[in-house]
Amino acid sequence: MSVNASGWRPEMGDASGGGAVETFTGNRALMLEEPLIFEIGGTARTGVDIDVPAGGASRLGGLERSRPIGLPGLTEPEAVRHYTRLSRQNYAIDLGLFPLGSCTMKHNPRLNERMARLPGFADIHPLQPVDTVQGGLALIHLVGEWLVKLTGMTAVAMSPKAGAHGELCGLLAIRSALEARGDARRVILVPESAHGTNPATAAFCGYAVENIPATAEGRVDLAALQARLGPDVAAVMITNPNTCGLFERDMKAISDAVHAAGALVYCDGANFNAIVGRVRPGDLGVDAMHINLHKTFSTPHGGGGPGAGPVVLSAALAPYAPLPFIERQGDRFVLIEEETAEDHHGDSFGRMVAFHGQMGMFVRAAAYMLSHGADGLRQVAEDAVLNANYVLRSLEDVLDAPFAASGPCMHEALFSDEGMAEGFTTLDIAKGLIDEGFHPMTMYFPLVVHGAMLVEPTETESKAALDQFIGALRSVANRARQGDPALKGAPHLAPRRRLDETAAARKPVLVWREPEVAEAAE
Amino acid sequence: MRYLPLQPSDRQAMLGAIGAASIDDLFRDVPEAARLSGPIEGLPLHASEMAVERQLKALANRNLAAGDAPFFLGAGAYRHHVPASVDHLIQRGEFLTAYTPYQPEIAQGTLQVLFEFQTQVARLTGCEVANASMYDGSTACWEAIGMARRITRRGKALLSAGLHPHYVSVAKTMAKFTGDALETALPDLTPGAPGDDIERLIAAIDGDTSCVVVQNPNIFGHVADLSELAARAHEKGALLIAVVTEPVSLGAIRSPGEMGADIVVGEGQSLGVGLQFGGPYVGLFATREKFVRQMPGRLAGETVDADGKRGFVLTLSTREQHIRREKATSNICTNSGLCALAFTIHLSMLGEVGLRRLAEANHLKAVAAADRLAAVPGVELVNGPFFNEFVLRLDREARPLVRALADRGILGGVALGRLYPGSESLANGMVVAVTETASDEDVAALAGALAEELA
Amino acid sequence: MTLYFTKEHEWIAVDGGSATVGITDYAQAQLGDIVFVEVPVAGTAVEKGKEAAVVESVKAASDVYAPVSGTVTESNGALSDDPALVNTAPESDGWFFKLALADPSELDGLMDADGYKAFCESL
Repeated sequence: MSVNASGWRPEMGDASGGGAVETFTGNRALMLEEPLIFEIGGTARTGVDIDVPAGGASRLGGLERSRPIGLPGLTEPEAVRHYTRLSRQNYAIDLGLFPLGSCTMKHNPRLNERMARLPGFADIHPLQPVDTVQGGLALIHLVGEWLVKLTGMTAVAMSPKAGAHGELCGLLAIRSALEARGDARRVILVPESAHGTNPATAAFCGYAVENIPATAEGRVDLAALQARLGPDVAAVMITNPNTCGLFERDMKAISDAVHAAGALVYCDGANFNAIVGRVRPGDLGVDAMHINLHKTFSTPHGGGGPGAGPVVLSAALAPYAPLPFIERQGDRFVLIEEETAEDHHGDSFGRMVAFHGQMGMFVRAAAYMLSHGADGLRQVAEDAVLNANYVLRSLEDVLDAPFAASGPCMHEALFSDEGMAEGFTTLDIAKGLIDEGFHPMTMYFPLVVHGAMLVEPTETESKAALDQFIGALRSVANRARQGDPALKGAPHLAPRRRLDETAAARKPVLVWREPEVAEAAE
Repeated sequence: MRYLPLQPSDRQAMLGAIGAASIDDLFRDVPEAARLSGPIEGLPLHASEMAVERQLKALANRNLAAGDAPFFLGAGAYRHHVPASVDHLIQRGEFLTAYTPYQPEIAQGTLQVLFEFQTQVARLTGCEVANASMYDGSTACWEAIGMARRITRRGKALLSAGLHPHYVSVAKTMAKFTGDALETALPDLTPGAPGDDIERLIAAIDGDTSCVVVQNPNIFGHVADLSELAARAHEKGALLIAVVTEPVSLGAIRSPGEMGADIVVGEGQSLGVGLQFGGPYVGLFATREKFVRQMPGRLAGETVDADGKRGFVLTLSTREQHIRREKATSNICTNSGLCALAFTIHLSMLGEVGLRRLAEANHLKAVAAADRLAAVPGVELVNGPFFNEFVLRLDREARPLVRALADRGILGGVALGRLYPGSESLANGMVVAVTETASDEDVAALAGALAEELA
Repeated sequence: MTLYFTKEHEWIAVDGGSATVGITDYAQAQLGDIVFVEVPVAGTAVEKGKEAAVVESVKAASDVYAPVSGTVTESNGALSDDPALVNTAPESDGWFFKLALADPSELDGLMDADGYKAFCESL
């Protein structure tokens, strides 16, 4: 016989020898610690080979850089490893359900990425002669047309860069329209449950902001709104479906009352995913609404942008839309900019951004719209609403659901931390979910519910994924009800434990400094 | 539909669990009159991946891509070579499909990248701190003007004639509503220093001036020393805002921070992001530490976790809309996270030595191209000092010429008539950018075509 | 020296025509860890019931109102280096600003210590 010369044989080891193992590196197998680029890179190292033309005299007018910049470099393998390692410290939709209410974290199809990278879209300059970018203009026009049809509105402004930028666009159009009729109204009414961007935008546009209360069932108090309407009110900013996850049943009555008082209706379109293809905001009397392409139309969130916030407008506001925009003239698309606007778009309130908006996002949104079609988008809303109601009804026995009796929810389910053990809060439940392998829900928003938890599963989750999430949230909620002390220390299993945000805010460290410099600054 | 996991049997089971009779039952709060009974008319039905790809490719093919032509456009957006690794890394799902890092324990990747980005931007611009990015350069520029108003409690901003006209337009739009007073001027093609109006600006600064906004290199590519302007602004209690639309230039020329700028904003698109027909781009925003609480936008900061390990969080968020609501410094919510990531990876791969080489390559190529093009009869180089962009004055109107070049398959530059419609004094100007992506053959093609068109 | 309290949880210690203003222990406990305080500079005129200072915790920013009208004579510079003083010593070292009173009769409507204690218990 031959013997096992290598000596290698399977062995299960000592099963009792587990527990916390300290490692030399601080790594824990696949969970890898990664220093900052400033600690591993070098200013003489580079990952890009560049051919510098020989000879030639500088013509910089004596402004040559004299001092070092302090930018470390990495060779390509080092850079790939550095950023790959960092990426693995992030939770992402690709990993699992990401139930951030109001954020619509749905699957990002990779077809959209491929299309956005076609050189005909990705490698064209915004100031090329328009005859060389007809396909680009056609694409923007196509997305705009879809948005107008899906919302039942008259016009669309494509250039706003994000939702909040779109809000700004809508309010500037409203202010322009009112000023054009010599009506200097100064107040904007905003429901208490609104996104923080609403009052911030209104204030930025020079308006005084007043809150409208909600009813006990979590909707805008129509009577209170009607009582407040008057000749000083410029507009009402409403989110529908609202941030409590409910459809504003009285929306048409609200719009009619607002219009009768000479004011306009702004709708925050953050929650359009719940109704896309089933309800057109234009049919509810909306005058302006931004659409977060990165929510409803699945352009990736990218760790905090870039977004895109086109704004659909009613006939009353269309003349005031910002520049530039695209017009179809027969087979040809033209770009209406400052110079051409005067002919037939002289009321535009002006330009909000350099160039023409978030083209890369438009391509992704177009791929998503064409993929779904009108029928698929309708199914999106239906499945999003079904999934949220399933979560709501599956958890209302362990989590307080303040508006569960107010009717079906739309695409998000709202809970609170009412009924938890003394000292246990929404924060603990959120951090407990992290250990279960889920991104937490939106916490402490809307502000009208103490300890709010807003769960938006989206339509791209399977029933099995929802069941696992429901099981995890049920388990964590029960631990919070029973006062499990381990939950106060959660997360235990993430790349980091709870971080000291107080220290970060009291002595902000916003840039890296060489250790000796940082010490000297103490 | 391939993106929707629920099967008909799932839907039935879930409706049963909810106690709803049908999907329509869940939409019962929608007023009857607003309920649509079927798919919206006038829009196509769902399509396969292959069909969508075919349709969009057909649109893309109707455009002349920069890579398929001798290409010389700049004026606020520049074509640079981006290493393949950058695009690979930003497409990792953990970056691409993550949200704003609200739960720092499971978002250290994004947060550490933002901290690296902030440090790189601060160093590049010569400032003490930088934020985690803005939408783009033009909105960052306007936000800086608003920030200067809050700091100085003055309402008049002086905008240099050399500032990108779109940036001026954005500021004018916003100022109409905020009540800020803006002083602007049309640039001129002064030989040796086009668009340079530092002397005019210095003379105009007074006790009501909140800030002076100057772009360097300016819209015509001219580079200037801002030190004197900074000093004179400070004497009068005003701030200097410097705008950089070509960050690669900072590998060659002195940073605005070094020259005394209080706020430096910029367009970061040159590094990592690409042209993309104008967006998404990434706004840079850097300033002095003492102004940080007046700065808009997200900020990542260093801290420790419960075990004492270093980690990063979003910080100073009380400046922001989700807490301050109507008292926020800005209504900005998302930033340009993924573009900031691309910027940071590209800059980390370049490093100091790479950025300097890249800047040198751009400058030397541009100098050689400028001289070659200026030798064409009917063409005159207006600039003295410049980085990678310069203005040619032609013996005729530039817009038809740019279109004629395009007909020959050459994207030769941006006619000033496009940027300053109606200005006769600028109509013959054409701004030409030359980056490392322009080959000698490209320059020869442009020179040859110019010679033929102007002959 | 006489101590008064407002329903917005400011305290004001009055000594003749001048006074010191801060926020109460109850208020700091509600706010949690204070990370930043913005106080008015000397010479600022403040108006009773109007915003005079801002106090920030990590997740909230709150306005501090002037209990009475007057002119700020001094602000507490120590708070910029150590905002935690508001947590550790809200009613002593964590004071916000000093004030020359414009109209001492404005003090009439404010609560004394017992009244404020009862008010907090009622919340």
